[in-house]
Amino acid sequence: MDLANFLIQLLNSVQYGLLLFMLAAGLTLIFGIMGVVNLAHGSFYMLGAYLAWSLSARTGSFALALIGGSVLAVIFGLILERVLFRHFYHRDHLDQVLLTFGLIYIFEETRSILWGDDVHGVKVPDLLSASVPLTETMSYPVYRLFMSAVCVALAVALYLLISKTRLGMKIRAGAFNRDMTEALGVNIKLIHAIVFAIGVALATVAGMIASPISSVYPNMGAQVLIMCFVVVVIGGIGSVRGAMIAALLVGLVDTFGKVLLPQVAGMLVYMLMAAVLLWKPEGLFKQ
Amino acid sequence: MSQVLLSAQKVTKRFGGLSAVSGVSLELWQGAIHAVIGPNGAGKSTLTHLLSGDIAPSSGTVMLAGQDVTGWRPERISRAGLGRSYQKTNIFLPFSVWENVRLAAQSRSQRPARWLSLAGGFADTNERAARALELAGLQHRRAAVAGTMSHGEQRQLEIAMSLATAPRVLLLDEPLAGMGTAEAERMVELLLRLKAQHAMMLVEHDMDAVFALADRLTVMVNGQVIASGEPAQVRADPTVQTAYLGEEH
Amino acid sequence: MSAAKANLETLPRTLQVLLALAFLALALFPFVGTDFYVQSAARMMILAIFAMSLDLLLGVTGLVSLGHAAFFGLAGYALAFLTPAGEPASLWWTLPAAVAASALGALVIGFFVVRTHGIYFIMVTMAFAQMVYYLFFDNKSLGGSDGIYVNFKPDAKFFDLDNKLVFYYFTLAMLLAVYAFLRRLLWSPFGRVLAGIRVNEHRMRAMGYGTFGYKLAAFTLAGGLAGLAGYLLAAQSGYVNPELMGFHTSAHAIMMVILGGMGNFAGAIVGAFAFEYLLHWFKDLPQVGAFNLGKHWQLWMGLFIVLVVVFARGGLLGAIERLSRRRGRAAVAKEEERVA
Repeated sequence: MDLANFLIQLLNSVQYGLLLFMLAAGLTLIFGIMGVVNLAHGSFYMLGAYLAWSLSARTGSFALALIGGSVLAVIFGLILERVLFRHFYHRDHLDQVLLTFGLIYIFEETRSILWGDDVHGVKVPDLLSASVPLTETMSYPVYRLFMSAVCVALAVALYLLISKTRLGMKIRAGAFNRDMTEALGVNIKLIHAIVFAIGVALATVAGMIASPISSVYPNMGAQVLIMCFVVVVIGGIGSVRGAMIAALLVGLVDTFGKVLLPQVAGMLVYMLMAAVLLWKPEGLFKQ
Repeated sequence: MSQVLLSAQKVTKRFGGLSAVSGVSLELWQGAIHAVIGPNGAGKSTLTHLLSGDIAPSSGTVMLAGQDVTGWRPERISRAGLGRSYQKTNIFLPFSVWENVRLAAQSRSQRPARWLSLAGGFADTNERAARALELAGLQHRRAAVAGTMSHGEQRQLEIAMSLATAPRVLLLDEPLAGMGTAEAERMVELLLRLKAQHAMMLVEHDMDAVFALADRLTVMVNGQVIASGEPAQVRADPTVQTAYLGEEH
Repeated sequence: MSAAKANLETLPRTLQVLLALAFLALALFPFVGTDFYVQSAARMMILAIFAMSLDLLLGVTGLVSLGHAAFFGLAGYALAFLTPAGEPASLWWTLPAAVAASALGALVIGFFVVRTHGIYFIMVTMAFAQMVYYLFFDNKSLGGSDGIYVNFKPDAKFFDLDNKLVFYYFTLAMLLAVYAFLRRLLWSPFGRVLAGIRVNEHRMRAMGYGTFGYKLAAFTLAGGLAGLAGYLLAAQSGYVNPELMGFHTSAHAIMMVILGGMGNFAGAIVGAFAFEYLLHWFKDLPQVGAFNLGKHWQLWMGLFIVLVVVFARGGLLGAIERLSRRRGRAAVAKEEERVA
């Protein structure tokens, strides 16, 4: 494999990994802080993609679709948390699994009713449709760089939020000791709502920015959900740092695997997970 | 002939930068109760976990009946003859009292092929379970569901279960926790009865019980042993008095 | 995973009687049902075996496996591969072979997943099952997304499985055998250990039980039994595809167990029948105006699941048990009133 090819695959790995991180970070935060497992997390990704498609078709602008979609996602997340998830923080994992499985069905079917079952494409915005030349013959799409840039920006924002702001401090305190935090006067319910909304927003934005590359189709949430789970298992529940490292690892293994060992490519990531399980059954960076 | 059944040598446990237990050594002799006391956060429970295998030590050794059991998994240490009870009642709440001790006793006769025989029909297991119940004074409560019993009875069951595996060494973590005077007296009597057949370590806050029971006394503060020896001597030790007893009494 | 819930392990008299009647009804059903319904009932019995195998993990041991369908499908594929193109294969060696294949798959996967706990266990079982799914989906040599046909029903030599009645009674016999076996297992020393692990695994270890080994054994056994069901399904339908090992199949199995009530295997049977019936009912809903209710069955199923989990814990059997307890209490109260 020559340098240009290697560079392309590396960039692809990072881009895929960062996208997975967006999903895994939300999932691991929500579980780490509220103790809720959400099987329907992939549905938010799908929601993002469909929103990107329908909003950009309506408004003609991808940027507007991104902004509008993000706002809608946050609102949706807040409502979902308030009406449903809030009551499941202390329930069995099994009950949570059931609930979110039911939600998957509801979301899939609602999507089918609202937007139909066809596959759709989302046009890459003109501004980002160029390619950066790597060699005389090969170039790399600017849009993919844009995707990675957005993910990095959001990851940095998340890091700053959690470690440098008062809100972040309250979030971490609430995760560590809920009752004490409440006793200190922190509105823990609000904190939970915010964390949930952040998780939903990250997943939805991931779906939105991925849509021009992956296109928009039914059940797209399911595939990405599994990878998301693998990332969280490898990285360790509750650890955002673990999610980042695991996501990049998965991105590398999957992307290079498909190129170098195509026959077993599909299994490689699971083999990686199995290896991690033998060594550290609770993930690399378990809290 | 009395012998050392469990000995810990310079056992240390570090969590990140914090030493929860630091260089602790102690010995448990057959026929004697060794009490470990100290303020909250002194590392007494951590020490118990280290001896029972729930946590692996960062350094140091633990010997059980002459065997090095350092770093062994809890089930292996249990099978080697160690039993323990817990500070927070750790029983099977939905099961009956009988099933609780029967399950504990069954652990000593695990026959892999027994998939289709009725669990309740094994004489050796049943005998062991019945004896443990009798020792703990719960034989009249066999049919009660563990979760419906009073706190004191649950603590009795806690002890019964640690006895049902017929251990030689017993680690008891605050057996008197939350008990009223009458219940506590009964528990002290029970522990005295057990003394002859076992080497016992007792972690307790109830000072009356400690001085009634202890043949040896170790005081821990901030993860370290600050005094160890005959209870009367330790009680009179000035460092102990200022660090712990003085504040309590 | 909250393990301290007391399961309905001992069936109260009412339920025992109802269950016996249900088995009797199943035995007599072919005399009153049409061919189509007999086949449907056989299919439900097969799914009941699948559900019972999951109940061993879920209800008895407390292991929430979201990937149980992997072992269900593996045995079906084993039958498909073992059946030659031109003639049927013998039941007497393909059945054990297929069950063994599923059990082996469960042993291998179990070795990795059983070392995890709580939410990790849920996620890794799901992940490994998806791995198996994609293994078959992506490989043309294994049939790919189209699946494989089982060209002939297995040859049982002493009876003819091509006869729908014979197949029905064979399946019923398997259902009863598995039920009896699992009930016996539940009260065996092994079963008691599994129940102990569910309630308080930590204490089990402290008492000297190597819980990893027990859980792995349960996982393998459950996988094998799921394989038995998968074999029967493949034999009945004559077709296997990766969806048999997919997430939806695993999730449906979970719902069957929960719907009926966990931990006593009878609930799994009830849940399987109830769930399948419900599924067909939703799918057959009529068109109302411009809206085809039946087409969007997933929406009704989803709403139903959400309602069940919010309101009805303990499943159907739990509800029946509560009802009979309430009636019992009311009767006692009436007695006390009279006497007072």
